[in-house]
Amino acid sequence: MGQLDYVILESDRAVVSGRVLEHESSGNAMLAELYRAHIADWPKFFKMDTLSKVGFVASELLLKQLSERRCGSEEYISNRAIVLFGTTASLCADKNYQETIQDIDNYYPSPALFVYTLPNIVTGEIAIRNHYRGETSFYVVEGADAAQMAFHLSCAFADDRTESVLAGWVDSTGNDDFKSFFTLIGKDDVEGLEDKIKTILNKTNI
Amino acid sequence: MERLIQCIADNVVSPLGLDSVSNYESVKAGRSGLKRYESMGNVHTPFTLSRIDRQVVDDACSRIGLADGRYTFFEKMLLLSSVQAVRDAGIDASSDKVLFVVSTTKGNVSLLGDPAGFPSERVLLGKAARQITDFFGNPNSPLVVCNACISGVCAQIEAMRALKSGRYDYAVVMGADEQSPFIISGFLSFKAISDDFCRPFDKDRRGLNLGECAATVVLKAADSVPDDCWELVTGAIRNDANHISGPSRTGEGSYLALMETLRCCRPEDLAFVNVHGTATAYNDEMESIAIYRAGLIDVPVTGLKGYYGHTMGAAGIMESILSMYAVRDHTVLATRGFAVQGTTYPVSVSPELRVTDGRQFIKLLSGFGGCNAALLYRLNGKW
Repeated sequence: MGQLDYVILESDRAVVSGRVLEHESSGNAMLAELYRAHIADWPKFFKMDTLSKVGFVASELLLKQLSERRCGSEEYISNRAIVLFGTTASLCADKNYQETIQDIDNYYPSPALFVYTLPNIVTGEIAIRNHYRGETSFYVVEGADAAQMAFHLSCAFADDRTESVLAGWVDSTGNDDFKSFFTLIGKDDVEGLEDKIKTILNKTNI
Repeated sequence: MERLIQCIADNVVSPLGLDSVSNYESVKAGRSGLKRYESMGNVHTPFTLSRIDRQVVDDACSRIGLADGRYTFFEKMLLLSSVQAVRDAGIDASSDKVLFVVSTTKGNVSLLGDPAGFPSERVLLGKAARQITDFFGNPNSPLVVCNACISGVCAQIEAMRALKSGRYDYAVVMGADEQSPFIISGFLSFKAISDDFCRPFDKDRRGLNLGECAATVVLKAADSVPDDCWELVTGAIRNDANHISGPSRTGEGSYLALMETLRCCRPEDLAFVNVHGTATAYNDEMESIAIYRAGLIDVPVTGLKGYYGHTMGAAGIMESILSMYAVRDHTVLATRGFAVQGTTYPVSVSPELRVTDGRQFIKLLSGFGGCNAALLYRLNGKW
């Protein structure tokens, strides 16, 4: 029962399985800096809202660490599920969108902003990037509870096509304020999952 | 022995009624909750909407002793529906063996535009859901499923898994969404809304209508499901991995989700597929492709958006419940708004009521984020 590889991505901190990634900026600028330094081939990144940017960069850093995006059978990769948790969900995007409809003299709702008022869009962004056609789910909970997360993550394997789950926590309370962790869970990791998640959570500020 | 999942109680609160029976009877009689509106708040583009009368909800809430002013309209819808379903189920909802699952896309988001005296934290979906569990005195943390338009099917699938795991014995699964200028302006900006009654699968379909509804199912884990009782057999969630706001041209995710449910039933045993059928050009076309690819082109297809509009977080639950009532009544409900076949693959959709002897149905949904979900319900036994 080994520990899980993980990525922690917070407003001014990026950690990949214990290794701190260097960066000069923080907040949204840090996300762009990490994107340019470590990813750089997905310009859709710049259209995303903060929640999706955080989830996208964190998932990319994790998959790069595991260097398995192009490994494993096509079926294994294609069936991968994405299951994310958070408390604030799309609140940041909701507030940004609300500003565009609050004042009748300054009324300019746009689909580009509105679509991100659905928190599960981040799961879609990651699925598109990686060609994952498995389950994608976003659960909103009252707080980061390792037992609750571990329970629902292990439930994901009840779908017998699901052999691995890209799992994580992602919250963004402002365009420069966010907290997240990402990890990859296989069927073998279900045993003792609560403790493994607790171990990661303890390294975060979530 | 694997635990089976039985649906033991249900409720639908909508403009068509405050319980499942009155909703079913209204739909069977062809009544719709849809009405045209010229404006709402800062929205000054006409739209057609199925809206619940606030006074009707307030009156019904006071009849069941829900203190006025304490809950938002969204929470009142959820409570009104779940209180009735829990009462009908006859379960002790304060037990730690009962899991509460809430399906919604936007919850209390209208508080961002008008806080109406509620604390700002109520816009958090977990806090809104906590109002419900606190009302029932349930000690577990509620789970909110927020998967855009497929949330109601996902909530039932997750509840099924939680019950099968053995940790819980019952799940109260509810869904609702309030239609406010926030959501209406957003769908208008997508040019996805029709100002006229929606026309699912029709060649002249011009977009969707939004709607308000709350719906609840109470699920029970059991060693066996008796004859003439409903079993939630299976379900699956799949992503198109194609586009965040446009359906897949191959119907990929819906096709994959359908194929998963078909591992547990034969197409000829299906009474019908209750589709998403939003009446947007892209959605209905995509569903027709997925249904064709899954070998279900001859299975009756039926959609309920012409009666309720797109009720978002409630859709997967309410449309499952109406489908259960239809199967019991040997009926494939008419697809209101449909007249002339308008998809590449000619799915078996009809503006008339049809007769069926099938005892199983599939509920299919798709949503933004490329997500798709299907589940299979079966009425056990034989006619």
